[in-house]
Amino acid sequence: MPLPAEVPTATAAVPQPIVMSVRGLRAGYGAAPVLHGVDLDVRGNTVTAIIGPSGCGKSTLIRCLNRMHEAIPGATCEGEMLLGDRSVLAMDPVLLRREVGMVFQRPNPFPTMSIAQNVAAGLVLNGVRDRSLIAETVEKSLRRAALWDEVKDKLDAPGVGLSGGQQQRLCIARALAAEPSVLLLDEPCSALDPIATARIEELLIQIKDQLTVVIVTHNMQQAARVSEYTVFMLMGEMVEYGLTRKMFTQPADKRTEDYITGRFG
Amino acid sequence: MNDALYRRRCRFNTLMMTLTAVCAVISAGVLLSILGYIFVKGFSALSLSFLTNLPKPVGEAGGGIANSIVGSAKVVGLAAAMGIPIGVAAGIYLAEYGRGRYAFCVRYAADVMNGVPSIVIGLFAYALIVQPMKKFSALSGSVALAMIMIPIVLRNTEEFLRLVPGTIREAALALGVPRWKVTLFVILPSAGRGILTGALLAVARVAGETAPLIFTAFGNRFWDNGWLNPIATLPHTIFTYAIAPYEDWHKQAWAAALILMIFVLAINIAARVWLKPPTGAAH
Repeated sequence: MPLPAEVPTATAAVPQPIVMSVRGLRAGYGAAPVLHGVDLDVRGNTVTAIIGPSGCGKSTLIRCLNRMHEAIPGATCEGEMLLGDRSVLAMDPVLLRREVGMVFQRPNPFPTMSIAQNVAAGLVLNGVRDRSLIAETVEKSLRRAALWDEVKDKLDAPGVGLSGGQQQRLCIARALAAEPSVLLLDEPCSALDPIATARIEELLIQIKDQLTVVIVTHNMQQAARVSEYTVFMLMGEMVEYGLTRKMFTQPADKRTEDYITGRFG
Repeated sequence: MNDALYRRRCRFNTLMMTLTAVCAVISAGVLLSILGYIFVKGFSALSLSFLTNLPKPVGEAGGGIANSIVGSAKVVGLAAAMGIPIGVAAGIYLAEYGRGRYAFCVRYAADVMNGVPSIVIGLFAYALIVQPMKKFSALSGSVALAMIMIPIVLRNTEEFLRLVPGTIREAALALGVPRWKVTLFVILPSAGRGILTGALLAVARVAGETAPLIFTAFGNRFWDNGWLNPIATLPHTIFTYAIAPYEDWHKQAWAAALILMIFVLAINIAARVWLKPPTGAAH
């Protein structure tokens, strides 16, 4: 599979540097293989969308990127993954996840914690005691997640009392508070209504100034709206990878065309 | 024809409804009549001096069960201090880490332990502690009660930890929090209310156990002395007084039973109140 070597001159003079790269990634659960050798480059300060039908391995791929697949018993993963120049599979998973954060399909705020405590959880659980630093981080993260104005007067209220869309933004704020350089989102809007979805898409476009976003989505319009690069996957293989604009207008592969025009999937 | 069938069905329905209702009344009635009977029988012998005095020699009027109350608190307290941490820790192991044959064996052993008659556990504590030390002691009674508590607390802890959604665990792991901190500071608090309730119910359960104390704590008519001497406990005192041939002791047994019942009931109610989430938690 040829990788998009250069960004066409029409869109940008210099393509952003590659922050994560994947070569020949194979992964599966027990004896069942899910990914059959995937190659992928993630460029810094961009949004990369991973699309494809259910069961194609999107979530498995994104989970491997910060080794969250290890939380599933029997999951295996081999191949080469680099974060900068460090091997992801050789890193301490705990330290890796502080640099590569993740937001999940369903909002999952900690049920025993308040809004502020949820955002501060990563810091506090990792030993930060400085109250002013914590308060500062909480506000900054909630602002970046476009939630501050809605919750600033009830920071001590339980996080699970918010609406679904607010809870998901709370989870994004919680992930941002750890200051990751890459943020992975696994279908973050699949449980949300269109208005909450629009808010999250807006915020993704805003935060990519400061970090790199990889988003798995079922929704092709969403990929078209938020991402610079799109990966199309099918049955554990990467079919096409390139600039979103190009892929949605002139797909190189017949299967991509069939999928994005709604002929299957 | 159809009408007759319908009427027959209605009659049968009424009959069965009545039967189930009667059975429900019997079940609740047993508890209420026990409570009522003990209250009526025990209340007359109850007084402040009964709660604050030592037993008097046979034949002398008066006397109390102060040593049994304190003794029960000591024996059950020490049992809880041993049994609850072990049970909770083992429950964490089974829920968070336990896989394969070893975990299966532990779980199975706990279930079997739950069904072992308590007198057998008392005998085991006797062989384990009383015989080597050649002495009945508060400690041996506590060990026996702790052994009854462990499987109850263990299984309860495991159940409540399993109720914590896996997504919560993933959320914490994805923040770069080490596994042990996730378990201790995120998962455990999320299940905390249920685990505490289970621990309280286990305390209530063993507070009324008599059989395991007969040849461990043994009983004592005086103030106990430390942990390595025989000690009086409420259930054992009730047992001793109830089978004695003195009318006065029978009365005291009823009063002591009333005290024990109130304790156990209070712990049970506290546990139920605890399990109910505080109002406003959802919003």
